[in-house]
Amino acid sequence: MDLAIVWESLPRLLEGAVLTLEITFLSLLAGFCLAVPVAMARLTPRRMLRVPAYVYMLYFRGTPLLVQLFLVYYGSGQFQPFLDQVGVWFLFREAYFCAVFTLTLNTAAYTAEILRGAMLVVPRGEVEAARSLGMSGLLLFRRIILPKALRLALPAYTNEAVFLLQATSLVSIITLLDLTGVARIIVAQSFEPYKLYITAGLIYLVITYTFVLVSRRLERRLSAHLREQPAGGIGNVVGR
Amino acid sequence: MMSLDLHGYGWMLWQGLERTIMVGLAAMGLAVAFGLLGAWGKFSRYRAARWFAGLYTTVVRGVPELILILLVYYGVPTLVQDLAAGAGHDLRIDLNPFVAGVITIGLIYGAFATEVFRGAFLAIPRGQIEAARAFGMGHVLVVRRVVLPQMWRFALPGLGNVWMVLIKATALISLIQLDELMRSADIAARATRLPFTFFFAASLLYLGITVVSMLVQGRIEAWADRGSRQG
Repeated sequence: MDLAIVWESLPRLLEGAVLTLEITFLSLLAGFCLAVPVAMARLTPRRMLRVPAYVYMLYFRGTPLLVQLFLVYYGSGQFQPFLDQVGVWFLFREAYFCAVFTLTLNTAAYTAEILRGAMLVVPRGEVEAARSLGMSGLLLFRRIILPKALRLALPAYTNEAVFLLQATSLVSIITLLDLTGVARIIVAQSFEPYKLYITAGLIYLVITYTFVLVSRRLERRLSAHLREQPAGGIGNVVGR
Repeated sequence: MMSLDLHGYGWMLWQGLERTIMVGLAAMGLAVAFGLLGAWGKFSRYRAARWFAGLYTTVVRGVPELILILLVYYGVPTLVQDLAAGAGHDLRIDLNPFVAGVITIGLIYGAFATEVFRGAFLAIPRGQIEAARAFGMGHVLVVRRVVLPQMWRFALPGLGNVWMVLIKATALISLIQLDELMRSADIAARATRLPFTFFFAASLLYLGITVVSMLVQGRIEAWADRGSRQG
């Protein structure tokens, strides 16, 4: 079999992989920052906060990412005059912004569900001990609940990061040249679909399992002094 | 609240929804079959079967669905054609998008179902299997009488999850021109120049499937667990 086309396109595919990683990390970072307050809102007894958080999480976890992406990228056009007036239309015109924006909202919903699960299993005794020392509210949350929940959530969060990495391939549909996008363009020019898609798939595999390996190491290190089983499978995440 | 005026395209979305559910059910059936096969492979005595099952779940879970769909729909026919050309035959193959979609989605979620069935199998108390063997039951009989009836119950929550993710993944088949919900919404959005309206309507229909599935799953689990609940 003639593999010249694979070697020729490898540099361009790797360039695409860089964009894939960039979009993944940006969305993960922004998504995490959004997920913490959402998870807190979801757990408060206050209805005004709890209900919107619930609806947001249900919507973004209950609908396909592709629809969400189209809703933002194409759907924003329907509100162009309004978005222009507010001065943000220049953002929604960009596929890159729409991609990161949608992926952020999407991963934040899944991450909030993971964090919610983890916060619920933080041992009551630790919370009570902190309360008896006079901690409450945000201080209690910052010092006791969040650090513990983060450690408990790590295995499930690793899964989420891997699913997000794979989900970024959808941004190729809104014209971005990520790893999948580059592969599709080269296929359209050369009509060698299986060689390129298999190559792209292998690059995804390498990225995915390198990432999994690194985060397993991290998990083991973070729980080394505890010698406890990290709670896996919190929050039932299987992708989108 | 905003109201959704669908400009007469409502029936199209409805037909798309029916198609989506059909693709989803067919793919789910295939995923369960692949899942059982995969789980059997993981526990097989044969090293080749174990290796193959491991490769299957590793590859499928490490490669994006979109790449796999493009690979099956565009890649497999050309691969077969190239191979045939190499052997001196002239062959043209066109995959039906419905078939390609169902096979790909079934294959992908079969890998997730494999893990579900593997966990369910491990949840069956070993003693029961040993007891059955002590009664003289053979391999197949043990699986049929002891393993499968209980595995279903342990597997139900996981399978419910797989279904809910699978039905969302069917939206990707719109990219290989199958007129399911997502593509119907896309066509209507282009014709009316109201993309937000139609994609939002489609998203609510997907959400409807998810919510109904959650409710049904709760019912089924309660029904499956009725024998094991105690006072």
